[in-house]
Amino acid sequence: MSDLGTEQSPLRAAIVGSGPSGFYAAEALLKSKPVVLVDMFERLPSPFGLVRSGVAPDHPKLKEPILVYQRIAESPQFQLLGNVMVGHDISVEELKNFYHAVVFTCGAETDRSLAIPGENLLGSHTATEFVGWYNGHPDYRDQVFDLSHDTAVIIGQGNVAVDVCRILAKTVDELKHTDIAKHALEVLAQSKIRDIHMIGRRGPAQAKFTHSELRELGELADCDPVVDPNDLELGSASREEFADRRNRANMKSYEVMQGFASRPSPTRHRRCHLRFLRSPVELKGEERLERVVLMKNRLEGEPSQQVARATGELEELACGVLFRSIGYRGVAIAGVPFDERGGVFPNQEGRIIDGENVVPGLYVAGWIKRGPTGIIGTNRADSVATVKLLLEDLPNLDAGSKPGADEVRKLLKDRDIRVVSYADWQRIDAAEMQRGETAGKPREKFARVEEMLAMLDASG
Amino acid sequence: MTTIVTDNCKRCRFTDCVMVCPVACFHGDDEMLYIDPEVCIDCSACIPTCPVEAIYEDPIPEDKQQWIQINEERAPELPLVTEKEDAYPGAEERQKELGF
Repeated sequence: MSDLGTEQSPLRAAIVGSGPSGFYAAEALLKSKPVVLVDMFERLPSPFGLVRSGVAPDHPKLKEPILVYQRIAESPQFQLLGNVMVGHDISVEELKNFYHAVVFTCGAETDRSLAIPGENLLGSHTATEFVGWYNGHPDYRDQVFDLSHDTAVIIGQGNVAVDVCRILAKTVDELKHTDIAKHALEVLAQSKIRDIHMIGRRGPAQAKFTHSELRELGELADCDPVVDPNDLELGSASREEFADRRNRANMKSYEVMQGFASRPSPTRHRRCHLRFLRSPVELKGEERLERVVLMKNRLEGEPSQQVARATGELEELACGVLFRSIGYRGVAIAGVPFDERGGVFPNQEGRIIDGENVVPGLYVAGWIKRGPTGIIGTNRADSVATVKLLLEDLPNLDAGSKPGADEVRKLLKDRDIRVVSYADWQRIDAAEMQRGETAGKPREKFARVEEMLAMLDASG
Repeated sequence: MTTIVTDNCKRCRFTDCVMVCPVACFHGDDEMLYIDPEVCIDCSACIPTCPVEAIYEDPIPEDKQQWIQINEERAPELPLVTEKEDAYPGAEERQKELGF
């Protein structure tokens, strides 16, 4: 019996990814009975994942989980190793030599594609690119969005689609006191977009956005929501879905849509149109995107299992810019098995598996475990479940000497990697808030990694 | 925005909600749980997890309005509940009694 997990021999755990699932895994490990030291790896100098770079700038309350993550990070048993990309700067094989257990919480970093002709035309974007851009994520700093057209199309009807719609629909005054990136606000200020179409393949009863997100579209300063009352007619299967209490959230969204549909004709400068039962089949244009070809669908199947079937009837919609928001997938890391179809790390409830066999010491939580479903809090229960298994496995983990962060830092120094500690991040954080103050914003993010590192070097 | 726990939680206290709270805003006494409105971010994650639909968000129905003040007053003076606990003995019968 090893003494792993005692004061003399603490369990050393690495967490890869510093978003919600990473921090909730850290919280569960730090709270556990065995003594655990947690080192969190993050490829950017800034932590907090999608709470920082996914949650919309005009939803400051939804960023408050960061206050919880800050308390976790201040534990003496916790270290951040930021600006370190696992699989690139340090291999998974190496991590296994430094740690008893590795928990991957690296999310779903890329978008699903539509797989239709013209998808890569100029003017066709992913929601991830746009969201990352307006949120100051360094990967998307130099994205170019041409908003000089009058019509934008969003494919998908989840909460991310609504965020994209709302940011396009809001006035500069509605955004300028948020932490939206400066470069994005400047471009949005010049936007000529008048009509935004948010398109879903199924009907109003199946839309994925939440009613509170949807309701906001009816409360904008200079944009009217538009819903065709005819589109709200429900088939018998959809009516049955609404009779089931489990679908009460969809029912609430539907009621919001009914409210939109009964409004008088739009009078504001912009309009956001909710469109249903349509799937894009082709993007057309000479030099760049000019129009999207939509297939009209009908619903088929039993209640709660209805699928969209093409009717064969096509329509074209002229548009200058398009964002697809139809789900995410994870990105593989060298040295970890990957499920290409699901876009996740294959696992049994959180233990990573290779074929049929559990890979000892490797765990997964969050979107890279279960796929991109649920909201921030959903990840807490998910991470707690993974950590529970990890702790059950503790007697069987390789109890050999694992040196942890100190030795990792030496190795990375030899490789000329500038590791950003949590104390370093706190200085970046303070500088961002200071930059924001002059502009009347909660913060002005550094949108380039080099800017963050230069700030650290300059202030010694 | 407001999110509150109401009377259905009494004698049930399933506590599934606390596991998905991203900001640890649930507090509890022997009887039920309460949400601290100062801490809650109205993300709605907890609402579908409650087996007896005790949690409400805006718009709060007329007959649940009094729970806004009860949550606000009780939560700050009670200990946090952040981990799943066993439901009350008899919670499942109570759940049936409530029609869920």
